Amino acid sequence: MRKVIHKWFWVWDFEKEEKWLNEMAAKGLVLVAVGWCRFEFEDCVPGEYKIRLDFLENKCARVENEKYIAFLEETGAEQVGMMSRWIYFRKKVSGDNFQLFSDNNSRVHYLTRIIRFVALLSGLNLYFGCYNMFMFFQIRNYSYINLLGIVNLLLAVIGGWGVFRISRKRKKLKAEQQIFE
Amino acid sequence: MANPALTEAVYYILLSLMEPMHGYGIMQNVEQLSNGRVKLAAGTLYGAINTLLEKGWIDAVSGENFSDKGFSRDKGNRKKEYVITEHGKAMLHSEIARLNELIENGNRILKMEVEYEKSDS
Repeated sequence: MRKVIHKWFWVWDFEKEEKWLNEMAAKGLVLVAVGWCRFEFEDCVPGEYKIRLDFLENKCARVENEKYIAFLEETGAEQVGMMSRWIYFRKKVSGDNFQLFSDNNSRVHYLTRIIRFVALLSGLNLYFGCYNMFMFFQIRNYSYINLLGIVNLLLAVIGGWGVFRISRKRKKLKAEQQIFE
Repeated sequence: MANPALTEAVYYILLSLMEPMHGYGIMQNVEQLSNGRVKLAAGTLYGAINTLLEKGWIDAVSGENFSDKGFSRDKGNRKKEYVITEHGKAMLHSEIARLNELIENGNRILKMEVEYEKSDS
């Protein structure tokens, strides 16, 4: 039986999201599709599946991404969905753990991909936010479109907070890298 | 200057590729070689393979009907195999020499310490 759950995760909460999806799988509900704040589950044997998230470097590099996904699928992982650049995999595990990254370097690179994307979105929102507010107050062009600058600025602040949170995670990993591989 | 240290993953990938192998084969082989200690994750392996290909330490050998230009959606044609190059082998040899130096120094100095302790008591 299919079950749909709507749930919101902040962009810096991807680890929490992954953990939640794995807890669902442990309870007997495995992810089968994703959408905007929307997760679709199906019944499974409790503990049969593990879920992992990945973040694509470049959404437009279709051939590159297909090659990567094909490579992962060769190793037994199964793509269940894609949302923006987030990609969701599941794998049937018999005792062994399912990980996408096994060394510090690739984990750091994963976080870097996310940080770059969030920073870009945040920067764009900051630019349009300032532009719209300028139009509203200075040019006295009182249109509602220009008032949207507030929304842009708000998104820019949220994105900036996200970059800060994820960068802190990355810094911890990098510090470890000085001693361990 | 001597070559910098290889990561454990790269070292074991290169060793595995003394004979042609596809991605999943490498993962299984590395786990077996290290008695289950080193478990390469697929995403990490993919990144390492691409870097090694760029550096020319390994080569892709076209598996059955695999063509790089027209990426086929047909699952049967996907598996790509890799093999070590002469350059890769040279890197392995210099890494093994480096590891030997580490081990010899470690053993020599720790043994000295054991002898000190013995003479103290």
